[in-house]
Amino acid sequence: MKSSRAQRIRGLLLVNGVLLLLVLIWLIPVVGLLVSSFRDRFDIQTTPWWAILPHRKWEVVEKIDPRAQGLDASGPMTINGITATFEELRAGVTTPEGQRLQWIGNRRIGTIEVQDKVWTVSWKFTLDNYKQVLQGKSFVYTREDGTVVTIPGDNFYGALLNSIAVALPSTLIPILIAAFAAYGFAWMNFPGRRLMFILVVALLVVPLQIALVPILRDYAKLNLNGTFLAIWLAHTGFGLPLATYLLFNYISTLPRETLESAFIDGASHFTVFTRLILPLSVPALASFAIFQFLWVWNDYLVALIFLGGDRNFQVVTMRLAAIVGDRGQDWHLLTAGAFVTMVLPLIVFFSLQRYFVRGLLAGSIKG
Amino acid sequence: MQYLERRASMELSPIARLVTNLLRIALAALIPLIAFYILYQGFLFLRAGNASKGVITLIAIVWGVGGVAILYWVFNWLVELLPLYWTTRLQPFVFVGPAMAILAWYLFLPSLRTLWISLYGKDGPPGIPLSLLFSSPNEFIALQRAQFVGLGNYIAVFTDRLMREAFRNNIFFWIGVATPLTVIFGLLVAVLADRSKFENFAKAMVFMPMAISFVGAGVIWNFIYEVKPVGSPQIGLLNAIVVGLGGQPQAWPAYTAISPWNNLFLVIIVVWLQTGYAMVLFSAALKGIPEEIIEAARVDGANEIEVFFRIMVPSISGTIITVTTTVIIFTLKIFDVVWVMTGGQFGTDVIATQFYRQSFIARNSGYGSAIAIVLLIAVIPVMVYNLRRFGEQEAF
Repeated sequence: MKSSRAQRIRGLLLVNGVLLLLVLIWLIPVVGLLVSSFRDRFDIQTTPWWAILPHRKWEVVEKIDPRAQGLDASGPMTINGITATFEELRAGVTTPEGQRLQWIGNRRIGTIEVQDKVWTVSWKFTLDNYKQVLQGKSFVYTREDGTVVTIPGDNFYGALLNSIAVALPSTLIPILIAAFAAYGFAWMNFPGRRLMFILVVALLVVPLQIALVPILRDYAKLNLNGTFLAIWLAHTGFGLPLATYLLFNYISTLPRETLESAFIDGASHFTVFTRLILPLSVPALASFAIFQFLWVWNDYLVALIFLGGDRNFQVVTMRLAAIVGDRGQDWHLLTAGAFVTMVLPLIVFFSLQRYFVRGLLAGSIKG
Repeated sequence: MQYLERRASMELSPIARLVTNLLRIALAALIPLIAFYILYQGFLFLRAGNASKGVITLIAIVWGVGGVAILYWVFNWLVELLPLYWTTRLQPFVFVGPAMAILAWYLFLPSLRTLWISLYGKDGPPGIPLSLLFSSPNEFIALQRAQFVGLGNYIAVFTDRLMREAFRNNIFFWIGVATPLTVIFGLLVAVLADRSKFENFAKAMVFMPMAISFVGAGVIWNFIYEVKPVGSPQIGLLNAIVVGLGGQPQAWPAYTAISPWNNLFLVIIVVWLQTGYAMVLFSAALKGIPEEIIEAARVDGANEIEVFFRIMVPSISGTIITVTTTVIIFTLKIFDVVWVMTGGQFGTDVIATQFYRQSFIARNSGYGSAIAIVLLIAVIPVMVYNLRRFGEQEAF
């Protein structure tokens, strides 16, 4: 009995240990980004983000002027009982006491530092990165030689508004259209019903790349390129098969008696749909809404093509990708910018996760 | 004039009846006109885009969503004015029609049009009016023929060096490596979480990347792969580990010396993003296996590994197939990650980046369309499978 209990505990440890390791691997990339976005611009570039954890670092305790000591940098020198050449000192020499000697500066006018290894944390947090990213505030600093360098910020605020203006209608319009269609397929009889629904199912997996060139041509003729309407309609078109399919699956399983009694009372299809079916379908509508919202918010390709290069209409993903392309080393902007683009979807995701999971389980294939 | 019958009351004089009906017709024409006029003004306002951003955003949302609702209401109202016979006939098309029209415009017809464009050269089919066919057929045919390349684009797609590289990456790295890794990690997390005390937390954390855009994920992982010159502290996690182990820091996704294996650094990102999806589906499927079956196997002396492979995997094989197909379809169209991380350079091109480059940068729409058609053909087996499953349903 005893061995089986030990075995069970070992099993539990193994399960939880491996799981914890996986969770850590999954979390670390995001944590690194989040921590860095609050760090000082200079710190991000010179120390890794995990420097916020306690770590040992060399710190200067004493400075020695080699010329005052009468040392000749061209040959081996003896300081504090250590004999080393200039090159060795340049790289740093460790003494038996655990100290380090390091030559700072050039051969003629440099100094020697005596360093101790001490425990330290790099806890200098700031909101400056977010101010620069959101308010377009520039970062100005003066170099050692006196030149003033200005690093422009970025305007994510406008991009955030654009993303909202794109994402909300692109979520709500297909839901409305698909709900009408799903009701029609589920509760009305008309010629071509089966054929039309087959079309919906067939289009579920069609890659949207297929539509981009022809639709772009249509938009050019209609003078629609670069407008919000263009991208709403595009997202509506690409999201509609899944929306119709999901909502049909839900609406067609609603109890028939409820509807029939409403019809006997003289209600029209429109009334039944708006007063009865829509409120009853809220769980399914919510599932698809989250699905579509995350999809549209995180979309890059469709926005890139239909909103074009006009900076005023850029959504957050385009803005972020533009920074990656133009200023891929400006980590203070990239980390804060990336987090700004992630906040809203993460909130939606965590607060409505239950519905999202339900949507995933209901229809797992999207084109 | 048939709709007069519907609510015509017997008591009214013929003239009163005529006036009522005229008013009704006028109203039936007026209300849609007003609705369309308002919507059109909103459209012009939005297209001009002169107001401040906040105002435009708000109006855009109200106009877009409200407009669609108004259109449905107006059309339904019109149809309900008709006699009952016509109402029941036409109402379904008010409900289903808009969805079908949009599907036709945005997905169905474009598939055919893209196929058509793919048979032509750089600029696609020539924009010549059809009337020319009747006025001077010879000229029409000559103009068409000048642009027509037949299957030339397809031959190019399958022989071009860059396309071959893209196919290799899509098939070997994205379908061959990324897909199984996603499925395996998803299954692993689902099984482990099922027996763990912190199941919900673990699942939420692994699931979280699903809410992150590919561009955002690209930034996150670019930061992990960030490289600094030898000697200065590495701020990227991967290079810090590599240097800590005594290696040389590298810009891993752009490290051509190990090409094509640098693709793996992009694959990792997608596995990180997609595992949550696989896990959720597997988790739900695992919970559907009756506890008695698993207990019975344990009583019979099966160890956990046997239980997993002999009972769990066969019970959720349907879900495994679904997840695998979904991830394959997804990776087939992979674009954002590659575009943001490497721009398709360093041997990391995929079909969708080639499609984008050909269609929208090189402006070679014939060639780009041929690539899109290849993508479409690749998903046809899944489409057929879906349709077959749909055909088995009783509801239709």
